[in-house]
Amino acid sequence: MRHVLAIYRKELRLYFDSPIAYIFIIVFLAITSWLFFRTFFLVRVASMRSFFTIIPWLCMFFIPAVSMRLWAEERKTGSNELLMSWPLQEWEVVLGKYLAALTVYVVTIVLTVPLAIVVGALGAPEWGVIVGSYLGCIFLGAAILAIGTFISSLTSNQIVAFIISVIIVAGLTIVGQPLVTMFLQGPLVILVPYAEWLGLANHFSSISRGVIDSRDIIYYILLTALPLYLTVKSIQASKVG
Amino acid sequence: MIEVENLTKRFGSTVAVDAVSFTVKPGEVVGFLGPNGAGKTTTMRIITGLIYPQSGTARVHGMDIWDEPVEVRKLLGYLPEATPLYDEMSVTDFLGFVATVRGIPAREIRARVEKMIEVCSLQTMAFKDISELSRGFRQRVGLAQALIHDPPALVLDEPTSGLDPTQILEIRRLVRELGKEKAILFSTHILDEANKTCDRILIINDGRLVGEGSPHDLAAMASGEAVYSIEFKGDANSFTEQLPGHFKVARSQPGVEGYTGMELTCSDTADHSEELFDLTVAVGGKLRQLSRKEATLEDVFLELTKGGEA
Repeated sequence: MRHVLAIYRKELRLYFDSPIAYIFIIVFLAITSWLFFRTFFLVRVASMRSFFTIIPWLCMFFIPAVSMRLWAEERKTGSNELLMSWPLQEWEVVLGKYLAALTVYVVTIVLTVPLAIVVGALGAPEWGVIVGSYLGCIFLGAAILAIGTFISSLTSNQIVAFIISVIIVAGLTIVGQPLVTMFLQGPLVILVPYAEWLGLANHFSSISRGVIDSRDIIYYILLTALPLYLTVKSIQASKVG
Repeated sequence: MIEVENLTKRFGSTVAVDAVSFTVKPGEVVGFLGPNGAGKTTTMRIITGLIYPQSGTARVHGMDIWDEPVEVRKLLGYLPEATPLYDEMSVTDFLGFVATVRGIPAREIRARVEKMIEVCSLQTMAFKDISELSRGFRQRVGLAQALIHDPPALVLDEPTSGLDPTQILEIRRLVRELGKEKAILFSTHILDEANKTCDRILIINDGRLVGEGSPHDLAAMASGEAVYSIEFKGDANSFTEQLPGHFKVARSQPGVEGYTGMELTCSDTADHSEELFDLTVAVGGKLRQLSRKEATLEDVFLELTKGGEA
């Protein structure tokens, strides 16, 4: 655990010593606040629903921007040579790096809490829904970040890591939407429940209704654990190649 | 300390390392010499567990890279080629981080980092970001990183490349100093460096070990011939006729002022210069130059590495 912590602290410093984390946080907050307040005072409903519906679409672009450097940069500069020559297990490094990136995201999400306070001051929102939605944000982000981490471990080019991650996350987000499922007709209809189950945003919207269903939790845990496991495997595989 | 056994590594259809075996004992500096692309770095990367071979194995202090990769890495200090470091960190922070992942107890880290800064003469750079350092200082940070846990074995991949002559001398001095107790495997493509720094040299070419021994042994096994060059004036014919049997005239050409330049090869490696002098006197000639050349390490190297291309 000491190793994980050492890697975690080093990665977190790299995020906060450089402008990456600040740019990420500021842009994320600016966009969400702007999109939220644009309609909030017109609609005059004390709810954060419009805020939470845009979160999956923002995460699709923002989280790969955080995860893209995790491994690609090390491979590019060759510092993974050094990293892997130290007595660390692959999973310790993967976990340390992942948790550091997750921290950047969680800090960002926590910084949107003032929005909830504003809503609470102006009306009487359903707090259960808001708390559930925040929980959903964390689960959703954790899964997207894990996917981004895996993609980053496959390439030494950060831009490639970013683009591939966005494409995969976009695919996972869209697959459960009516936009896709309405094309599954005839014999393909049997695929509809699977497509809906696979959709990232579907599970998010069910959590953000305030319903904590174990199926959604299991979905997100799987979608976080599997890419991280694959990351460990891809790093091990690169040694045998 | 470091044992390499029958190591073979292929990348696709290219064989990078082909059945290489050697050992490095404690208190020994072993130079790993070969042209670029000969397989030096690949071998070193296998020893440090960065990649795995297709067959064969390496052991450090009896620990096998296949069974206990983490234990092996604990016993090794590794300086990768081109010295990649975390550029955004300061020297002190970086060394502190390495000390932590190396498992040095928290309360000793400070003292250990300070010691390394002293050993590698980094005092003036301690709080600078690594990205601001010159090549020489980067290399020293790389060495400090490899030495921080006081490992019994060191693997240094071209530690002097890109340095100026003063820095090269410093690194060589440090390597020799460390080599008194540690097992050091140290790669280079500079012959002179291997000659001056190492107790033993391994010559690798095209993935195969083609020569092994002390710098002196290697030079002796070169061709088994010594070469004498002389400048002679007088009766050249009777001189060549009366030459003892182990000499052969390799080349003879008239020079200035009536002297003849000659190159003689001698099948015996012992020094026969005196015979040539006595013979010159016996035939009533004069000698202006007499020198004996043994094959140098360079000749050995060229000869051994040429074999692979043919």
